[in-house]
Order: sequence, then C-alpha cells, then structure tokens
Amino acid sequence: MIVELGHFAMILAFGVALFQTVVPMIGAHKGWAPWMEAARPAAIAQFLLTLLAFVALTIAFVTSDFSVQLVYQNSHTLKPMIYKISGVWGNHEGSMLLWVLILTLFGAAAALFDQNLPPQLRARVLAVQGSISVAFLAFVIFTSNPFWRIANPAFDGRDLNPLLQDPGLAFHPPFLYLGYVGLSMAFSFAVAALIEGRVDAAWARWVRPWTLAAWVFLTIGIALGSWWAYYELGWGGFWFWDPVENASFMPWLIAAALLHSAIVVEKREALKSWTILLAIMAFGFSLIGAFIVRSGILTSVHAFATDPARGNMILGISVFFIGGALTLYALRAGAMQAKGVFTPISREGALVVNNILLAVACFVVFIGTMWPLIAEAMTGRVLSVGPPFFEQAFTPFMIAIAIVLPLGAILPWKRGYLTRAMRPLWGAAALAVAAGALAFAVSTGRSGLAVIGAALGVWLIAASVAELLLRTGSSGLTRLARLPRSDWGKATAHAGLGVTFIGVSLLMAWEVEDIRVAQIGDRFEVAGYEITLRDVRDTEGPNFLTTKAVMDVRRGGRDVATLYPEKRFYPVQQMPTTEAAIDNGIWRDVYLVIGDEQEGGGWAVRTYIKPFANWIWAGCIIMALGGFISLSDRRYRVAAASARRPRRTQMQPAE
Amino acid sequence: MRQILTVLTLIIALAAPGFAVQPDEVLDDPVLEQRARDLSRNIRCPVCQGENIDESNAPVSRDLRLYVRERLVEGDSDAEVVDAVTDRFGEYVLFEPRRQGVNLLLYWAGPVMAIIALLIGWQFLRSRGRAPEPRSETLSDTEKARLDEIMRR
Repeated sequence: MIVELGHFAMILAFGVALFQTVVPMIGAHKGWAPWMEAARPAAIAQFLLTLLAFVALTIAFVTSDFSVQLVYQNSHTLKPMIYKISGVWGNHEGSMLLWVLILTLFGAAAALFDQNLPPQLRARVLAVQGSISVAFLAFVIFTSNPFWRIANPAFDGRDLNPLLQDPGLAFHPPFLYLGYVGLSMAFSFAVAALIEGRVDAAWARWVRPWTLAAWVFLTIGIALGSWWAYYELGWGGFWFWDPVENASFMPWLIAAALLHSAIVVEKREALKSWTILLAIMAFGFSLIGAFIVRSGILTSVHAFATDPARGNMILGISVFFIGGALTLYALRAGAMQAKGVFTPISREGALVVNNILLAVACFVVFIGTMWPLIAEAMTGRVLSVGPPFFEQAFTPFMIAIAIVLPLGAILPWKRGYLTRAMRPLWGAAALAVAAGALAFAVSTGRSGLAVIGAALGVWLIAASVAELLLRTGSSGLTRLARLPRSDWGKATAHAGLGVTFIGVSLLMAWEVEDIRVAQIGDRFEVAGYEITLRDVRDTEGPNFLTTKAVMDVRRGGRDVATLYPEKRFYPVQQMPTTEAAIDNGIWRDVYLVIGDEQEGGGWAVRTYIKPFANWIWAGCIIMALGGFISLSDRRYRVAAASARRPRRTQMQPAE
Repeated sequence: MRQILTVLTLIIALAAPGFAVQPDEVLDDPVLEQRARDLSRNIRCPVCQGENIDESNAPVSRDLRLYVRERLVEGDSDAEVVDAVTDRFGEYVLFEPRRQGVNLLLYWAGPVMAIIALLIGWQFLRSRGRAPEPRSETLSDTEKARLDEIMRR
C-alpha cells in the first residue's frame, strides 16, 4: 500500500512539474503576478510529493518488502540496516529517484530563500527548474520505475553488491548528486537570464551561492569516492581516470571556473556571456555524466544500468537541454555588454587565466574520455585511453594553475603590478623552494614529481597565509578575526588545494610496495617497518564469511599498530572482496592486504607504505570547508536575514 | 552450521580469483621487475572494465603479466614487449594510445586548445584595457518602482 502511495505521489509530482514549467513561464511573459507566484507553491509541492515517493521506497527497503522488484534485486534480510537504507540508491532506479528528489529540493529551496529575487526572474528560474524535473520524472516513470511489483514475491532478496556495502560509498552518491543537481540551479538562472536578456551584478550574487554549494558537495562526493577506492579496492589506488570518475570531475572543473568568473560579474560586470556559457556547460557536463554512467556506452567499473532505451532517453534529455540553452545563448549572448575596464595584469585578468586553464583542462578530460568513441567512429578501431594519457595531458594545466593562483589572488582589481603583488609573497616563494629542495634531498630516483608537488603545495598554502596577513594590514592580528568570511573561505580553499597537491605528488612518488609469501609467525621489513604475520583465522560476519589475518607493525622497537586485513566472501552475490587494514597517520599510511593461501603453505601478503596519503582527502575537505565559510559570508547572510524579516519599519545604518 | 561453513570455505577457495600480482610472479631481478610493473600498469585487462593487468584479478591478466615478464627475461625492450602484447590483443589493451595517425588529434587537442584560448583571452583582456569607462546608468521604470517598494519596507 505504501509503495503504491509512493508511486502515485511520484506521478503527481510529474503533473506538478508540468504545471510549474508552463504557468509561471507564461505569467512572466505576460506580466501576470498570480501566475508567476504559482511557481513557489508548485516547487514546494513538487518537493514534498517526491519526498513522499522516496520515503515510500525507503520503507520498502527497510522492511525488506520483496514483492517490490527493486528491493528483491538489491536487498537481503541479513544486510545491516545502514546498507538497507543506502541500498535505496545503490541501484539505477533508486538513484534516479534520489536525483529527482535533490532536483526538487533545490527548486523548493530557491522558492523559499530567494525572496529578494525580482518576481519575473524567480518565476522563470523556477519554470526552467520545473522543466528539468519534467524530463527526469518522465525518465524515472517510463524507463526506470522503482515501484514495480512482482507477481510472486521471493522469500529473500539477492543482496546489494558487496563493494557498495561500505560507509564511504553509502554517502558518496547523495553528495555527488547534491553537486551534480545543484548545478541545475546555475543552469536555470542562466537560461532565465537569457530569456530576460540581462545579466548584472545582482544576478551573479544570486547565482554564486548555489554554484558554491553545488561545488562544495561535488568536492565532498568526489573525495568520498576516491577515499573509498583507496581503502576498498585493495591496492590503494585513489584515482583511475575511469570514464565515470571523469564524468564527475568535468562538472567539478567547470563549476570551479564558474565560481571564479561569477566573482568578476558580481564585482566588475564583465565576463557576463562567458559566465552564462559556463553555467550552461557545468550542468551540461552533469547531464553528459549521467548519460555516460547510465548508458554504459563507455565501459567502466561503475556502470549501473546498461540499457539502450535508458541511454537514448538520457541522451535525448541532454541534447534538448544543452542544445536548447546553447541556441538561446547564440541568439541572446550578444546583448550582454561588459562594463568593467581593466588591464591584463589585474584580478580580472588573473581570473580569466584561471578560467582558461580550468576550461581547457576540462576539455582535455572530455576528449580523453570520449576518444574511444570518436576514434571508433573515425577508423573503426577499438582503443583505450587511460591514466598515462591523462597524467601527461592534464597535469601541466594543474601545475600552471598552482603557479599563477597565489599571484592572481593577491592582485588588485582593475590594474596591478606584478612586482608589487609579489612583494608579500617572497616569503611563501622561499618556503616553496625550500620544500622542493627538501623533497629532492629525501627522494631517490623518480623525484621530479615529488619536488614539483611539494614546492607547489607549500607555495599555495604559504601564500594563502601571507594573503590573510596582508589583508589584516598594520593593525595586527586582532583584525584577522574580523576579516570578511569570503576572504577566509578563499584562503582556506586555496590552501586545501595545496594540501591535495602535496598528498597526490608525494604519494605517487614515494610509495613503497612489498609482495611476498609469509608463513604464520614470519617477520619481515618494509621501508623501516617491521611486520609480523601473527595469525590467520576464518570467521563470520552478518552477511559474509571472512578470512582475517592478525599482523603486528613495529618500527624502531616500538609497537605501531596491530592490523586485521580481511578477505571476505559474500555468499548471496557469490563475490569475494578484500578489506585492507590501514594504520592511518599524518605522514604515512601502513596499508596491509592479505591474499590467498599458497600451495606450499603460507599466505600472500602485500604491504604498502603510503606517504602523505591522507593529505589528498584532507585537502578536499579543507577546500569544501573553504566553500562553506565563503557561503556564510555576510553578503549572502544579509540577504537571507532580510528575507526572514521582510517588514522593517526603520532602516538600519549601513555597517 | 560448521558443515555449511566448510562447504562455503571450499567455495571461497574455488571462487576467489587470484588477486593482482602474486608473489610467485615476482622476478628476482628488481630492475626487470620494476620494468614489468611499469609496463603492466599501462596494459589494459582485455576482459575487465577499465582495470590494468597489474591490478586485475582475471586469469587472462595473470597470463599477460607472466608473458610480459617472460619477454623481459628473454631480453626484449619495453617497446618490443608492448608490440608483442598489442599483436595478440589489439590496440584496445594500450592505456596510452599510440602517437600516430588519428591519435595525434587526441594528443594535440589539449595544447592547441590552450593556445587558442590564451590568444582569445589575451585579445579580450587588451580590449577591456582600451574600452572607455562606461557611462553611469539610470534605472528603468520597473527598477525604480521596485526600489521604492524595497525602501518603503
């Protein structure tokens, strides 16, 4: 019954979305206030209905209702509760419903919070947002309906893919979708602005928080996925340049570019049409990403539903929205006049360089991801494009960004001088050179990567600190706390990028690996760590069997850790997984994996010493934190506060 | 229950694929072994989804790893090993596409795009430097009305 209720709510939401697309758009065109106003209750109703559908599906999973096909295929009574819930989106149909839920959540949030938006712009934004809902609800209802029942309910389900039964991956999709779908707000604002035919500083100020929020969630989502790959797949890889990873990385790069170009629109009223284009492309890449993941056109570890009908429909949706928006752009972009005047050496100029580097980096990822398809179409040969290509083609852009970033961040608006901008940064530059020299001295052999990464990382972090100190001026550290939050957010995010740089480069340059057969009781040494295989035993988990090793890690005569790497087997899915055991540290991870029992006795054991591994994700979290701090900046909070108290009798003095 | 456990343990032993590089594959010569690792990181497992043979659990990957090592021990150069593997399995197994023919487009796309973008960007920046200061704008009627409404609050 609950399931049918959810199904019905989903269909109702589709109807509301249709209404929300048509009525406010006509209202905005004709200037009919009630028609425009209808967008807000519609957006909220649409969200509540989709939420009801989602809750109904979650209840079906939690209560293990195996008369629902999706639950039967993806759940099992023995599965721990958290994975019964995360199982809702651990499959194609459920994850699409989550996608739509988040889409409507953003629509409802826009309806509730953006009170100061001019009514016409708001009506149009919500109408465009509604039209995206129409497309995706239709997709869910007609090709990927999660509510189908089966005639003869099974006694128990087929369980969730064991690789997905993991805390890191349970929360990876929701964050990723908050990012992907959050970019739809930037898209709706862009299309609405094109329809209105104007873009100004106020527009940029409305768009930026939505983009920032989406980018923050995307950062967290990507970091969670990478962290999961690191500890779950059993050899500690953290990024594979797999098509599906690239599908999430491309919107991230474009969103990062959009965040920065929107600043130029907000402060200087320039780069307007370029910003609109980025807003369209950011969500465009989300749609392309959805197409890559759902169509299975590019084989990948992650591919969910490889059904041509679904692929075609998503392709159609992508072509409609991207093509439609770009057509509108071609017709209207000429009307966007730039106003600000500035010289090439200026904050504006630096942000243009940032945008060029990020956009071309995204283009490189895009062409590398699509090349197997393009080459096959052109020559008929099947080939692959993998990590070696991306590492060569992508890295130079990141190096260039890291070199330019601190200078650009410190340059004044309108007109600046490199020598003057460099003055507060010499200290940071000296530290960077010292870090590079240290990395060179410590490393043996392939050291180029470590030297560049360490130097650039320190350059980014130290320059962020130098910039904050510069902003406090001569009035001392007390002013540091009173700096605008946007300054803090900016410095934090840029320093986070530096932390990630250090993590990626030092891990790749200095990783040590050891593969051997160890008898129980054997002791061996890897990079200064003394490892003992103390015991191996078979036990049972809630829905799996496991072979668990007990291994002691010592260094310099002191105990470091006792680790329990596992090899699990999930009988329902007939699938083995490796559970590496990791001793996390600031400077290094000790990463142990237990393999098969050998014929001549003993066990295959892999040991990795992974220097600076945690810096990769710590940096991402710091970047996301910077985004959050920036989001809480006064200029956004003031808008929200005045929205909550709309009827002030007295004007407040400006602060 | 014990019986079920034993049976299942047996199934594990049968079903669990050998994982990635096994100790018995590792060559005694560390230089050759390092070359083998570097080569196999760039060779794609022909039956998996986007894994290289160094990480892959598939039996064919093990065969390929052993084959690469065999050739290296016999004294082949890295290029010869890659050619031999490509002859058997086709270009598909190369994670780094060959720099020839159509693939040159792939390799040149990034640098060419970067140069074009930088030129356009430079042109734009110069034009902004020479542009006249904009005249101060007056509000439109609807904007005036809206401003009045806000001020009245």
